[in-house]
Parts: sequence; structure tokens; C-alpha cells
Amino acid sequence: MVGMEFSGTPQKTVTAREAGLVACTRCARAWPIGTEACGRCGARLVSRDVNSLQRVWALWLVGLMCYVPANTYPMLRTQQLFSVDESTIIGGAVELAHYGAFGIATIILVASVVIPLGKFWAIAFLALSVGKKGGFPSSRRLLMYEVVEYIGRWSMIDIFVVAILSALVQLQGLAAITPGPAAFFFALSVIFTMLSAQAFDPRMIWDAQATDEKARDHG
Amino acid sequence: MTAVEEFSRGPLEGLIVCPVCDATYQLQRPKNGEQAVCVRCHKVLIAPRRKAGMQIIAVAVAVVVLIIAASLFPFLQISAAGRTNAVSILDAALSFTQGPMLVLALLTAGFIIFVPLLRMLLTLYVLVPVVLDKPPARHAIRAFRVSEAMRPWSMAEIFALGCAVALVKVADLATVSFGPAFWMFGVLVVLVIVQDSFMCKWSVWNSLEHPKKR
Repeated sequence: MVGMEFSGTPQKTVTAREAGLVACTRCARAWPIGTEACGRCGARLVSRDVNSLQRVWALWLVGLMCYVPANTYPMLRTQQLFSVDESTIIGGAVELAHYGAFGIATIILVASVVIPLGKFWAIAFLALSVGKKGGFPSSRRLLMYEVVEYIGRWSMIDIFVVAILSALVQLQGLAAITPGPAAFFFALSVIFTMLSAQAFDPRMIWDAQATDEKARDHG
Repeated sequence: MTAVEEFSRGPLEGLIVCPVCDATYQLQRPKNGEQAVCVRCHKVLIAPRRKAGMQIIAVAVAVVVLIIAASLFPFLQISAAGRTNAVSILDAALSFTQGPMLVLALLTAGFIIFVPLLRMLLTLYVLVPVVLDKPPARHAIRAFRVSEAMRPWSMAEIFALGCAVALVKVADLATVSFGPAFWMFGVLVVLVIVQDSFMCKWSVWNSLEHPKKR
């Protein structure tokens, strides 16, 4: 591994904004500030996407709204001979734990409850802490952002389980599994939180710290 | 001369900016197998590999063949009390069919079949001319952009773990047997992950900008 260091003072990083430049977040090319679109890859250039916070909050809210019916409506409808059983996400996991499948129950609970709730909390925390001085160090907040970005997709696993089960378990008269309305809302919730996390501009995480350091240098 | 002046005076082509934290550096190209990492946020900026282009192309062709085969052949089969049901991946994706569930079916099919497939085709379209030292294909830049935008929505590996969970859930209900597509899909997931680790985005953008000097 080689560090990307510029000649001169190696400890202090200079941001593109301080150098009078605007960076392309897609292909890492630098352009003079005020340039509207990247000449290499065509991406729209913004030094700091301040309006992105509004998009983050809007998508976050829709995601949260979808998450409520995702938990109250049934996720799976299982028909076996004479009985019909409807289970919600949490109900299904509890049932699995009763049968002794603790590993799978844990996967389901982590993917459909812990990760989504953690994501809502983490995105809200990141969006609120932008521009606040002091407090949580930037490197920690960045780690949080990266975890959210990486792990968010994995919540889809429950939807895929429902899809496989309801395609596979179609044994005429014996047993049949059909998806419940919760599957629809859950998928929407995952998609909207993914979009919300993508709308966040991670460069803003570092700005508050940079002003902190400057204040310290002058004071 | 301060670093700020140095940056604004020199050619902008010689700079690289970290997309995560906006730190700006004079471009230093790492050797093959090494990585250039942002000092501040540790984001990997450049990670070239020897013959990466050829490897990516080979893997992409394999993945395209596997996706098509894996979505058509039987994937899983269950049987209980003399009744059997076999499904392909396409069947699994399209199992949501009533009303608004149809949207979900299309999304699921997209996430596990069409997005990965389209990404591989776009990768081939962009990289084949570059690797053969030919000028980039028409709209290659747009193609690579779309391919990168679709990256988080390609969920084949998540579907694979979903299979494992579903199998355990079904196990006490019926006997499950694996079709040929099941094994193809397993190989496919590994290849997709390998593919992503070979790809250096910066190198691709750079070679699209300067087709001749690579």
C-alpha cells in the first residue's frame, strides 16, 4: 500500500474546495470551481451537495413509513391441509426459534429488524451531525456511513426468502406458501433507505472537523 | 509555495481527489498489485492489477453464460407425499404475481438476474475495446456510468444467502433436491465477487479519457 501524499506538508490534507477546485465524486478528477459537469465522465459537479440533506430526510421518512406496515402485516401465508397460518416478520422468526432453528431465526431477526432499525438511526445521526462541531470524530462517522452503505442491501434477504418459498412450496392440496402484503412494504422500505444513504454526501462529514482544526490553529 | 497554490497552478490532470472526503493529492500511480489509499479516510483510490482487463473480460463472459443458464434450468425441487414442484430462478423471482406484488416480482427479477446481467454486458462493451488498444466504443462513458450506478442493486450474493435460509425453513416440510442451476448460481456468485475486486474504477475512467496511453 502506498499513501497518496502530495509533496510539501504531508500531515495536513488540503480539500479540493480549499484549493479552489471541485471534485468529481464519480471518477475522482479535479476541475476549477464553478465547472458544472465533469469533462471526463459527465457527472454533475457540486463542491458540497448541501441540498442532499433534504433528499436524505425525504427518502428516510418514506422508508420509515413503509417499515411500519412491513411489520404489522403478515409476511408469509402458509396453507397446510386444513390450517392456514399467517406470520409477520418477527412472528416467523419466533416460530423458527421454537422449532430450534436459532441460527436462521437470528439471521432473519438481524436482517429484518436489527439492520433496518440500525440504519434508520445511523442515517438520522449522520444527517443531524453534519455541520456540528466537536463531538463524534469524523473517522468514526465515516465508518458508520460505510457500514450503512455496505450492509443496507443485505436486508433484501428476507424478500428473497419469501420469493423462493412461495415459488417452491406449491404442492397442490398439501402445502402452499404465498407472500403477504408485508413483503411489498418491506422491499420498498429497503429500497428507500438505500436511496437515502446514497443521497448523503460523505464529504460533509469532514467539513466540521476541518473548521475545528482551523480554529485550533488560529487560537 | 503552499500546497493550495501548487494545486491550482499545476495541470488539473495531475491531481486526484478522494470522492469520500474531498482530500486532494498529486497523482502518483501505484505499481501493479499496489494500492493508492487516501491518507485521511483510507478510501482506496487506485488499485491497478496486471492484466486486470483481460481477467475481467473472461470472468464477465463466464458470468453472462452462467446467468442465462442458471435462470432457465431447474434450480430447486421439493417433494412431499408424492407431490413434487421444481422451480427455476426466474420462477422464484416471478412468484409475486397478484396486484401490487407484480412490481415486487419485477424488482426481484431485476436485482438477481437482469441487473447483474446488464452490468456484465456493459462491462464487456466498455472494456473490450480498451483492452484491445482500440478507441473506446461509442457511448462507452455513459455505459460505464450506468454500470457503476447499478453496482449496489446487483444482489446475486444476497439471493444466495436467502436460498440457504429458505432451505432450512422448508427442510421439515418436504424433501429438497438441487437442480443444475443451483450449482451454476453458486459459481456465479463467487465470480461476481471476484469481478468486483479486480475492477479499478479510476483506471477505467483514465483509459477512457486517454485511449492511447495506458
